[in-house]
Order: sequence, then C-alpha cells, then structure tokens
Amino acid sequence: MQVTSSVRKPLITGGKTVHDVTEDICRQVEAKPSKLWGMAFGISVVTLLIGFVAVATTLWEGIGMWGLNKTVGWAWDITNFVWWVGIGHAGTLISAILLLFRQKWRMSINRAAEAMTIFAVICAAQFPILHMGRPWLGAYWALPLPNTFGSLWVNFNSPLLWDVFAISTYFSVSLVFWFLGLVPDFATIRDRATGIRKKIYGALSLGWDGAAKTWSRYESVSLILAGLATPLVLSVHTIVSFDFATSVIPGWHTTIFPPYFVAGAIFSGFAMVLTLMLVTRAVFKLQDYITIEHIEMMNIVIIVTGSIVGIAYITEFFIAWYSGVPAEQYAFYNRMQGPYWWAYWSMMTCNVISPQLFWFKKIRTSIAATFILSIIVNIGMWFERFVIIVTSLHRDFLPSSWAMFYPTIYDVGVYVFTFGLFFTAFFLFAKFFPVINMAEVKSIIKSSSEKTA
Amino acid sequence: MSDSKNFLLGVFDDEDVLLKAVGKIRGAGVKIHEVYSPFPVHGLDEELGYKRSRLPIAAFMFGALGTTLALVMQIWMLGVDWPMIIGGKNFIALPDFVPVTFELTVLLAAFGMVGTFLVASDLKPWKDPKMLDLRITDDKHVMAIDLGKNAGLQEAQINALLKDSGAVEVNNKNVEE
Repeated sequence: MQVTSSVRKPLITGGKTVHDVTEDICRQVEAKPSKLWGMAFGISVVTLLIGFVAVATTLWEGIGMWGLNKTVGWAWDITNFVWWVGIGHAGTLISAILLLFRQKWRMSINRAAEAMTIFAVICAAQFPILHMGRPWLGAYWALPLPNTFGSLWVNFNSPLLWDVFAISTYFSVSLVFWFLGLVPDFATIRDRATGIRKKIYGALSLGWDGAAKTWSRYESVSLILAGLATPLVLSVHTIVSFDFATSVIPGWHTTIFPPYFVAGAIFSGFAMVLTLMLVTRAVFKLQDYITIEHIEMMNIVIIVTGSIVGIAYITEFFIAWYSGVPAEQYAFYNRMQGPYWWAYWSMMTCNVISPQLFWFKKIRTSIAATFILSIIVNIGMWFERFVIIVTSLHRDFLPSSWAMFYPTIYDVGVYVFTFGLFFTAFFLFAKFFPVINMAEVKSIIKSSSEKTA
Repeated sequence: MSDSKNFLLGVFDDEDVLLKAVGKIRGAGVKIHEVYSPFPVHGLDEELGYKRSRLPIAAFMFGALGTTLALVMQIWMLGVDWPMIIGGKNFIALPDFVPVTFELTVLLAAFGMVGTFLVASDLKPWKDPKMLDLRITDDKHVMAIDLGKNAGLQEAQINALLKDSGAVEVNNKNVEE
C-alpha cells in the first residue's frame, strides 16, 4: 500500500531490518557506559558544580551580585532566558509541525530534539526563578494563589505573567508528548531486560503491550497533541517577544517582534539540534539513521528561518527610519555605531551572513561545516538578544542616566551553570533512554529503506 | 485463579501480509482476540473493525473546560474580587486575557486527553502486561485468537488458516487470568 518515490533518497540506509533497529538503538542503553561518555558526563557535572557556586552566591547575597545597574535593569539573565527558550523551540516544532506535514525524516531526530527542548526550557526557567531573588516566595508572585493581602491577585494584563503560563504549559505539554513517544520504546527495552532494569523500564513503559486497539488510540492522541502543540510552539516565543514589544522602549516597541522572535527561535533551535545530533550520531554510530539527507533538510530549515531573521533586521531598520521618530532612529543608529557596535556586528555576521553559506550544496552536506555553522548560529542568536536588550536600555530617556552594562563573574557563572545542567541532563538521556524513536523508525523501514525494491 | 485462556498465536513478520491476513481470517468467521505490533500499522484498526477513537471528543471537552476556567478565573480575580486600574485599561480587559486563556485551553486539552487515553487503555506503571510473545516489541506482529471464543472451529483449522495467510509460525499459549 506504500507509495515509494524514486526521487526521494531512502531515509534509513544500510539495509536495516526491523530487528536491526531494535539492536542498534538498544545497544547503548544496555551496554556499560563508554569511557567517552563517562568523560563527557564528568565534564558536564563539574561545569554544573562550578556554576552552582554562582547560583548559591546569587541566592545568598542577592541579585546585587549581578552586573545590573539602575539604567540597565535587564541584561545577561534575560538574554540567557530568551536564548534557552529559543533553543527549546526546535524539538516540539520537529515532532509536532513536521508530523502534521507528514515529513517522515523527522522520525530519526524527533526524540533527541524533544529531549533537548525539555532540558533547554528547564535551563531557561533558571533565570526568571533566580532573578526573583527569593525564589521560595516566587510562587506568590508568579501564580494566582490565594494570599493574606486580600487576596491580591497577579496581574493578568502583564506579558511577564503570560510568560509564566506560556512557558509552563509549553514545558508540561512537551514533556507529556516526549514521554508518550517513549512508552513503546521503553516496552522494547523492558522485554529485552532482566532483573531490576526490567522493573524500572517496565514501570516506565506503563505496561505497554502493543495491542492494535492501543496503537489506534495512541495514533489519534499523537495527532491531536501535535495539533495542540503547533500553535503552542508559536505562542511561546510570541509571548516572550511581548515582554519587550508591549513596552515603550525604543527598539522594543515594534509589532514585528512576534514573527521575528519565532523565526529566530526555530533558527537557533535547529542549530542546537544539529550540534547535538552530529555528536550523538558519531558517538553512538547512528550514521544509517541520521543520514546526510537529514542534515541537509535541517540546514534548509536554517537557511529559511535565518533569512526570515535577516529580513526582520532590515525591516526594523527601515521602519525606524521611515517612522520619523527620533528616539527610534537613534536606538538603531546606536546599535550599529554605539559602544556595543561589536555585539551588533557579531549578530549580523553570525545570523545573517553565515547561514547563507548553506545555499551551497557542498557546505550543507558537509558535516564539519554544518557543525561549525550550527555553533556560530547560536553565538549569533545570543548576541541578537543581548543587542536587543542591552543597547535599547543603556541609552535611557535622560542622557544623565546613560550607562554601560558589564557582566560580573556571577552573571557568567549562572550561565555556565545552565550549560552544566543542560549537558548533564542530555548525557543522562543519551545513555539511559533510546535516542531514536524505534517504533516510528520501524514503521518506515519497509517503505523508505534501501532494501525495498 | 483457575480461569485460563488458550490462545493460538499467529506470528507475522511483514505488516502488509498481516493486513491481508486479518481480512482473510475474519472473513472465514474466526474471531480475532487482538493483534499486537511493534509499531503502528496503518489500516489495521479498520481491518479489525475497530471504531474510530472518541479521544478527540475528550480533548475538545477538556479544552473547552480550560477556556471556561481561564476566563472565569481572570474575570473574577481582576474584575470582581479585586478590581485594579492597570494602565488605564478596563477592569475586565478581555484582549489581555487571551494569552492565558489560550495556554490553559491547550494545557487542559492535552492533559485531559492523555489522561483519558491512559485510563481507557489501562496504562499504568504497576501493570504487568503479560506479553504473549516477547518479540512483539521487537520485530514481530502477533495475531492472538482465543480458542475458547471460537468453539465452533477446530484448532487445526485455524492453524491451517493462519499458515495459509502468511504466518511464519503458529504457537499455542495458555494464559492464567
């Protein structure tokens, strides 16, 4: 019943059988951790611990330890928050939007991309939580909980509060989507395991037995979840952009922000997926599952979203000039020529110029080039947020309050902490969970592997 | 305790052969208990005569509940319980309530539907699935036929039918209830 096209290359190479998929993906879950994995995991944990010193100091002494001042009251922390949330967009985009578009190449990468999403959102959440200063009281500020002041409720007119709802909904729905996808694969591991491992994976698999009735329901749940997650992904960065766009700060007060932020988020998210997948592919020898074809597809998404981001930058400039508002014009002139010119030009080079290299087929099918460019894109996207946030704030309405922002070691330390957290979680995932969705890949083995005549 | 079911298990290694076999075996008047697969086989539920899942309806209902709860919460908190002037807007500034309403709609729809699915399919961490064949989660499709419910037919007949329709092996298994 399957229609195979002679134009499309096979998605899974190496003439794999369904049983080979089980063997290849379960191998690293069942084997003893490799030395390479142990080293990588060890470095992540050390990074996490070093970063934790900065987190503990921030909590103990207060956020005065950060480099913020009266003029620049938002800087490094929110830059990191937006950066991590942006990275966290690729996973659910790949599994939800590409599922709705029936893009089968997603099947080899969606599991790891979703895991990355979840860990990135956890990292992002560290910043708003820490900037509260006293996070243990934070629930009262962030959630509509009854309290002894009236109750004085939270302000539902505030984009910052919308963010609380958007990020927590996004996190929990992505987590459910990811876990549901893992259930049949946990059952596979359970049926191959013995002893305590069988018990643990048995509990995680929720007693999955592969019945046709359950699969039928499962498919309809996946489809609806994808349908729900699609507007959700787009809403999250839209709402993050509202944090800025609904203010009256020159450089922030623009209607272009929501689509521009969403495109930027997908752009950086795909770059991070590529960075991680290229490493995972090499370490776990998954070259037959994540092929050059997959890498090329992702690079194409990067060109598209990167170009949208480039057009957004140019549009912002044009509108600043065209609006005739001097404050707006100055904000953009200052970005290009002011004291933060280097941040601006790093952003422009990394985000607008470098992804255009992917127009060359040689470059977008080269693993080394893709790896380097994926890291450059994420550096660029960090600078984008830094430029938007700091350059707009540091030239206040009163020239007497003009100031510069200098990060302290604690600003840097908290960022390092989130890197430690992210990689610790990712390496644990890569070792103990199947990094590729076995059940989904098995379903396309017959129709899109080399063996089919 | 003494209740035990006797299953005849037809093992298939190709989903297209399986799909044809299901039609053929049901056509011969054999009642199929269930088919177990390592991955979703499209069209299998229709071949088995399963009705379309009503889970989308559950998702819609939970979503509507989320919309209602979100609107009632925001209107009551900022409009009734403690009205405050914020940015010169109305107490009940409906456009501002859209994002939270949307998020809670999605949240309740997703959790409600997944919860319903887990209950309907009896999936829970402490469940022992009593796998009829361990290769089901690897690479084999297993068609289970409850001999007790097909009393009119001989085991050998069903066995031959399964083999004819492409089963690579046929096993007999007793399951304690």
